[in-house]
Amino acid sequence: MNRTLFLLPLMMLIILSGFFGWSLLSGRDPASIGSVMVGRPAPPLPFADALLKSGKPVLVNFFASWCTPCLAEHPLFTRLKEREGATIIGIAWKDKPEATRAWLARLGDPFAQVGFDQDGKLALDWGLSGVPETYLIDARGIVRLHFRGPLTERDLAAILPLLRGGS
Amino acid sequence: MTPFRRYAPPSPADGGRHEFLAFPRLRGKVPEGRKGVFSIFLALLLLTLPALAVEPSEMLKDSALEARAREIGRALRCVVCQNQAIDDSNAEVAHDMRRAVRERLAAGDNDEAVMAFMTARYGDYVLLKPPFKAGTLVLWLGGPLVLLVAGGALMLAARKRRAPEPPVPLTEEERARVDSLLRPRPSVEPHDHEKSAPEWRAPSA
Repeated sequence: MNRTLFLLPLMMLIILSGFFGWSLLSGRDPASIGSVMVGRPAPPLPFADALLKSGKPVLVNFFASWCTPCLAEHPLFTRLKEREGATIIGIAWKDKPEATRAWLARLGDPFAQVGFDQDGKLALDWGLSGVPETYLIDARGIVRLHFRGPLTERDLAAILPLLRGGS
Repeated sequence: MTPFRRYAPPSPADGGRHEFLAFPRLRGKVPEGRKGVFSIFLALLLLTLPALAVEPSEMLKDSALEARAREIGRALRCVVCQNQAIDDSNAEVAHDMRRAVRERLAAGDNDEAVMAFMTARYGDYVLLKPPFKAGTLVLWLGGPLVLLVAGGALMLAARKRRAPEPPVPLTEEERARVDSLLRPRPSVEPHDHEKSAPEWRAPSA
């Protein structure tokens, strides 16, 4: 009994290394705060209610002209619109309308409709933590995906089946 | 400068007064008549509070409602700053959340309804004190459990130590040796040089 006690520190080291290794390799994001929006009906979007209830899957993207990650994900939305015919609603968060318009004129406008949330009140109803964030609303108006941060190529694997399946 | 020095009693050269021992460089710098004021100033520095991010323009006119908003703001976590209450955060979202809290309160919501408003949008993550439920059992009970297990192990170990095995009785041979060692030895007069050593004292008995 006493001799096996000597192994205790070693066992603890192994357990700790195992946990740290798993944390590093499992792809778990400790900074992720999750989302309670997924699985719920989409919150109201006064300026684009008709689009939300059109019976087609819709992407809702919160962005701002001052936001660099938004610039990075912008070409992906252009592609989704042109190649997949996706309906994308853009909401400019805490941005001046003229700055937003200039930004879209410069980069191209992939959005079916653009709304403005200058005081961030609308964003709060969507559980937004910042820009960019993107939601996928299915044909029945239920939020199916919620991405915090810029959309990347890798996220398309989750988006495309839902986008194609519903149309 | 050396802020901490050993206490030195006031010397007559200093006028017999305790002079800013903690800050030697200030010695003689503060005029005689201002010392009281200066001491009060130093004492007031101890009373400062951490700065709030709540801006005056956000505050409610109704001080009772504002106090409730502060109470709630301290319990809500800013969703982009890991471990900071919305009242302490300058993040845009924290500002919006503070405003929403005040709007809900002004609309007549009670504190629970305001918390529910936030958890409906941001989940339990937004609560700095997570609720007690199946998903948070480890969080709530893990600490006490480790304490119990460790405490139990320590108590077991202590009990084992308290009841040592009874010693093996000595054999005849060992007893004889112990007796011989413990028997008082014939007293021996010290040598002369030992007598002159200052630590030597004559045996009292």
